Amino acid sequence: MAMSSVNPSLAHQRREARLVLLLLAPALAVVGGLLIVPLGWLAWQSVRQDGGFTLAHYARFLTDDVYWMTFLQTFRMAFIVTAAALLLGYPVAYVAAGASRRWSLFILAMVVLPFWTSVLVRAYAWLILLQRRGLVNTALTELGLVDAPLTLVNNEFGTIVATVHILLPFMVLPLYATMQKIPPELTMAGSSLGGTPLHVFLRVFLPLSMPGVVAGMVLVFVLTLGFYITPELLGGGRTYMVSMLVSRNIEVYNEWGAASSISVVLLACVFFIFRLASFVIPFERIMGAR
Amino acid sequence: MRVTLSIPAIMAALLLSAAAGSAEQITFVSQGGAYQEAQTKAILDPVAKLLGITINQDSSPDAWPVLKTQTATGKPIWDVIDTPTKDCIRGGEQGMIEKLDFSRLPNAAEIPADYKTAYSVPYEFYSSVLAFNKEKYGENGPKSWADFWDVEKFPGTRALRSHPMATLEAALLADGVPADKLYPLDVDRAFKKLEELKPHVTVWWTSGAQSAQLLADGEIDMEMAWNGRVTAVIKEGAPIEYTFNQGFLQETSLCILKGAPNLDTAYKFLNAAISPDIQANFPAYIDYGPGNPAAYKTGKISPERAAQMPSSPENAAKQVLISVAWWSSPAGEEAQKRWASFIQK
Repeated sequence: MAMSSVNPSLAHQRREARLVLLLLAPALAVVGGLLIVPLGWLAWQSVRQDGGFTLAHYARFLTDDVYWMTFLQTFRMAFIVTAAALLLGYPVAYVAAGASRRWSLFILAMVVLPFWTSVLVRAYAWLILLQRRGLVNTALTELGLVDAPLTLVNNEFGTIVATVHILLPFMVLPLYATMQKIPPELTMAGSSLGGTPLHVFLRVFLPLSMPGVVAGMVLVFVLTLGFYITPELLGGGRTYMVSMLVSRNIEVYNEWGAASSISVVLLACVFFIFRLASFVIPFERIMGAR
Repeated sequence: MRVTLSIPAIMAALLLSAAAGSAEQITFVSQGGAYQEAQTKAILDPVAKLLGITINQDSSPDAWPVLKTQTATGKPIWDVIDTPTKDCIRGGEQGMIEKLDFSRLPNAAEIPADYKTAYSVPYEFYSSVLAFNKEKYGENGPKSWADFWDVEKFPGTRALRSHPMATLEAALLADGVPADKLYPLDVDRAFKKLEELKPHVTVWWTSGAQSAQLLADGEIDMEMAWNGRVTAVIKEGAPIEYTFNQGFLQETSLCILKGAPNLDTAYKFLNAAISPDIQANFPAYIDYGPGNPAAYKTGKISPERAAQMPSSPENAAKQVLISVAWWSSPAGEEAQKRWASFIQK
């Protein structure tokens, strides 16, 4: 029989490979149909005009200052949001990682809970809190701390506050995951060798938590780059980000090619950032650092 | 569960549409929401009854991109759309909208020539008006765009739409250009005047809902907004007032898709929908005015209601009719592109 000449373990391997492929097929179909095909279509559209090939949509990045200014503002925003999220998120993750199991669960629940509320609802909540006759300004004026209401929203500040709030879990969770794995014996050893708490933190804990810092920063940065709802609702029409440029190009100017080219460039930026980050920390750990 | 439940529903829908296939029908598209509900009662149902046709409805907040994809195939599904006149014109120029044969639309004869184009008939009018907070300004609120620009005499937070249409016109009126000499717009002069006000504009709004919320929450003291949004806020009890003085009259129009599957019925529908008698139903359901001014002569609209309507002859006289022809011209397109860099800088 032909079967007898085949190594039985090899046949088994093949069968297993086929099975794995079969099991993967639905997932591959979903990724192909819903991600690869639309993205390909997007890229195709970005180089088409009136039925021919063109680079005109990309040339706009060099000639139209609105384009690069929007990218500049978006990156500026992403830096500020990432820095703020790190400053706010690090202490939270630190405390959560060091606390007893019950407390750390409680802290994480507090971080994750708002995460399940719609982004739209949270953006409006900030609007209600921060607007001229909102809670914060009413409290400040009635306490006599300010004479006139502060401009807290409908500008970049309000956008940043809401965006940081929405993206904070993406910073805290990777940080917590990394910190939790740092053996407490190491910091104890540092202390027993005579290091002050600050010294031990800076020399032992902080370097060991760096993978989490990088993962959190990359996630928050990349997500901010594509943010739409908070700048649209809280930016007062002046905080103009890339996502809004895309939507205006479709809604107002009906320039699908231009909108596609902006999306492709933004996507390229995101890939580039992930590539850069992967020199520091492998890609799987950014996405999987939970 | 959902699947088993929905199969009979689909079957029923198929049967119904097959039955309707024997009678004349059209597919009509508007912008959805309360607006489409109101016109269903005011216009669509009465017209369907009058003509004995079936009107299938679809809605699309922005019909333009869909229009483009539908006509690209050469076999559109839609027949008639209710959309900003500009889309009818540019659609017509790009071969997506039917050029109208006015001999088949006798009811269009008495509509002023300004309101019609080769591709469209006016359907309903709305207005971009100056609204302000009564608590802030009392009886002496801003009454013109010159007042709106006067930050010394009228301190307070301001909002404008993040769109050049009507905003450039307001800037020119504020700068002293007479209303009948606005077009063609002096775009440079308008942007210069806007730069002047820019530091004092708190919000450039992007959606009608946002403009209403800004007024209702007291975030904004004066604003250019659509009259329907303003009256809705007033009905909720907000201390807001508005004036039609120097308002900007804009219309949405009806137009027919090129290659519409039911062209003859579409013409019949258009003619009936713009008849004075049908048009006079609009004010009973929504704060947007009839596209055919003859509707005010039918006696169906009370004088009190007419006073709240942007297109009543009295109010129309105080306002400026936005020139869609200018905004569809290359200069108009250019002004729209320039807006993005004005906002950004």
